[in-house]
Amino acid sequence: MSNSFSIFVLPFCAGVLFLLVISVWKYWRWIRGFNKLQRATIRKNIWTWRFLPAIWEAFREGLLHWRITKKNVILGYMHRSLAFGWFLLIVVGAVQAKLAYPDGHPFWIAIFYNYFEPECNPVAFPKAMFYAHLMDALLIYVLSGLTLAMFKKVWSRPLGMKRTTRHTIMDRVAKLALWCIFPMRLLSEGATSAINGNGGFLTKALGDLIKNIGLADPAFEYSCWLLYSIALGTFFCLMPFSRYMHIFTEIFLIYFRQLGVRDNDKKTGYTMFELSACSRCGICIDGCPMNKELGIVNMQGVYMLQSVRNLELQRNAESIAENCLMCDRCVADCPVNINLSIIRRQVRIKNKVAFDEQGTYGYLRNVQPFNAIGRIAYFGGCMSHLTPGITSAMETIFDAVGQKYWYMDKEDTICCGRPLLQQGFEHQAFELRRKNTEMIVNSKATMLVTSCPICYQSFKKEYKLSIPVLHHTEYINMLIESGKLKLRHDDKRVVYHDPCELGRGCGIYDQPRNILKATSTLLKTKEEREHSLCCGFNLGNLLLDIEQQTKIRNASRDNLLAPNPDTIATACPMCKKAFQRAETVPVKDIAEIVAANILADNQ
Amino acid sequence: MKTISIIGAGPAGIEAASVLAKQGLTVNIFEKSSSPLKNITDKAFLFPNFAAASDVAELMNKKLLNQNIVQHYDTEIVGLEREGERGWKLIDNKNTSHYSDMVLLATGYTPFDAHRKEELGYGIYNGVVTSLEMEKMIRYNQILNSIGEKPKRIVFLQCVGSRDEKSGNHYCSKVCCVTAVKQAIEVKRQIPDAEAYIFYMDLRMWGQHFEEMYRESQQEYGVRFVRGRISEASGTFDGKVQIKAEDTLMGLPLKMTTDLLVLMVGMEASEGTRCLAKAAGICGDYGFAQTIDPHINDCTSSQPGLFVCGACKRPMSINDVVNDGRSAALAILENIK
Repeated sequence: MSNSFSIFVLPFCAGVLFLLVISVWKYWRWIRGFNKLQRATIRKNIWTWRFLPAIWEAFREGLLHWRITKKNVILGYMHRSLAFGWFLLIVVGAVQAKLAYPDGHPFWIAIFYNYFEPECNPVAFPKAMFYAHLMDALLIYVLSGLTLAMFKKVWSRPLGMKRTTRHTIMDRVAKLALWCIFPMRLLSEGATSAINGNGGFLTKALGDLIKNIGLADPAFEYSCWLLYSIALGTFFCLMPFSRYMHIFTEIFLIYFRQLGVRDNDKKTGYTMFELSACSRCGICIDGCPMNKELGIVNMQGVYMLQSVRNLELQRNAESIAENCLMCDRCVADCPVNINLSIIRRQVRIKNKVAFDEQGTYGYLRNVQPFNAIGRIAYFGGCMSHLTPGITSAMETIFDAVGQKYWYMDKEDTICCGRPLLQQGFEHQAFELRRKNTEMIVNSKATMLVTSCPICYQSFKKEYKLSIPVLHHTEYINMLIESGKLKLRHDDKRVVYHDPCELGRGCGIYDQPRNILKATSTLLKTKEEREHSLCCGFNLGNLLLDIEQQTKIRNASRDNLLAPNPDTIATACPMCKKAFQRAETVPVKDIAEIVAANILADNQ
Repeated sequence: MKTISIIGAGPAGIEAASVLAKQGLTVNIFEKSSSPLKNITDKAFLFPNFAAASDVAELMNKKLLNQNIVQHYDTEIVGLEREGERGWKLIDNKNTSHYSDMVLLATGYTPFDAHRKEELGYGIYNGVVTSLEMEKMIRYNQILNSIGEKPKRIVFLQCVGSRDEKSGNHYCSKVCCVTAVKQAIEVKRQIPDAEAYIFYMDLRMWGQHFEEMYRESQQEYGVRFVRGRISEASGTFDGKVQIKAEDTLMGLPLKMTTDLLVLMVGMEASEGTRCLAKAAGICGDYGFAQTIDPHINDCTSSQPGLFVCGACKRPMSINDVVNDGRSAALAILENIK
């Protein structure tokens, strides 16, 4: 057994130590930053079996990169080979070291095994040769991923990415260090093999080559190992301050998320985990309609998080956060499942300057209470007031099934508050929510049906109502399934546009489709469900002018018109107005299609 | 002898046809509907002198009685191509080709489809009508609300589909301001007890006597003007229409119930204008046809032998298009010599 220490391991050890101290300090600080609700959630769920799905998800996403693989197989392979391959290198290296040193060994042996164990392999332990070959195979696996990563830097399209992220200097240096690690490891092991003739099929071959060109020299070998150690040490030192912090943070994030921790309107420790769990892969850029239709590429999720995280960039945080449709497309695309829209809203709320509210809410006092015992409440929403076709269709449907209802915002319209909240006016939205909650609770209505997905998401997620909240597509679907509403099947071919707030926002994809299958022939479009394209008129962005909105709308419209439908169906007054303005085929809300197809003998 | 094809038998096309025919040229005039002057015959009276539209149409029709004019009705021109030395080839909806040396595009406008402004409730509430439907009511002296009674209040809303970023039409349709004033006066003449309101952004009384009509409508007929746009309309249980608007002079939101809400719909390039201007490569803003220069070559297009007149260039009033038809005829004659 040779000695187990050499000066060159110091950069590596220093890097590991530094990384450990900084990470522990950071994580400890962030965990202390959790708010009361998040702490209570953790306390409640920590002794449950929820850690099991967390481990599975961490393995699947942290190592196998399953979600990325679903997006693009080659891109998934690239990430997997780097993450899972390196992970296996460490694990198998540790096993190998354990076998070679049954009496224990310093932790760096696993990393620099070939240097410290240069004897011909079978001497160390039986099956040593097998391990040598295995380690070489794993190294090839990692290097293949690295080659793809380098290829992606030059030409990313074959890996399914049209655009890649513009990284900060720190990230670039860290990446350079990372890219040096594996080639340096191969070279070092080759140099050792050139002198000692050890190693598996790859290192041995490289060793012979080095020997042939006359570099079988201990000085060359030593410098190679030193450089390898420096690359590792540099990478570990930069890790906590670069994108590679996501490697460990994602595991924590997955665990907390599985425990049920969620983010809200204020930045918390959990937000810090989300911020650091972003790997800056840039997958959020390609799908973003602001990029695709308008060529704006400074405000996507990855850059928004960057601006929040990075002190230097924080002065741009506000303008970056404001310029977004909040269509949630990036949330659907994000392989780490970071709730980008919530974080964006946090920035908007934080930067909002209070305005003079004197008299703004005076009208709330004049709204009269209503006794709705035995009725359901119907909330059209402000936008539905601008599309009276939808509200009158809903009234027809209620009448057709004999449902007594209270049209709560028919006369004195109170906004649900979500448009204000999305813009960052948190207190103002709260005022409206309080009044609406009071109205609904006092009315004793048994259910709330709304026609606008914006209101729906608001009532569902931001209100704490004890009665069921349904979007009208859910309600109509329920009526059809229970046989209360009988519909005629017409000969129209329709396409369905998934509104952002209803689909990605609330996960309502099937009910609208069920209804349309009952009334008409439903055609498929290329981009639908969670990949649906925003209509461009989302209230999330107040900075776009109408021409920019129209460009986004046209892209969405072209996707809908591709299968040549007779009607565009949607379930959101905003989307309806957007497509209506495009003067294409008739644009109808699902409620209108249903109202027109009610059979006369319904009751 | 040269032959000229005129597409569209509206006031502009007819005026041009009569001038050219009198000069001895052979004129083919194509009209997609079954009779000429569609956009005039569905009007009651014309501003500013309240001339009966039927009388004006009759005088114009007489101009078509010339042996050099061949009239083709129910003939929609769907294709327009240059045919080398032979001039132009027109293809109609029956797939027949017509050849001529020169073509005059007089395909006109189409009223804005009020369904596109759903918030105003057109097609949803019976009390909401367009200015064209109002014109018909005036013409037959049948101004009635949705339940067949004489209305007590009528609200006119200007700029529906014009000067409206959201419907994509940034331009002013020019004639609606004075048309609303004219219709309000006619309403007051037929039903003196009714209240008439006109909601406007600003009133553009550009023509001769328009300003006088505007003053008269207030002083003699008591028509009320409110500056502000109507944001939404909703139905009431008794068949009326409730509107929400903002009075921007008072700075106050207002609600009002009315028997009839009249939407003063703007002008858009007609389907024929859009399609033929595109086919000939002279497509301008908003689908209207483009001329070489708005000052001195306003009837000439960038295509040799293709001339343009009337409301297919931009929104125009009837007297404007008649003059424009004459100018186009003159441009054609100059081109022949």
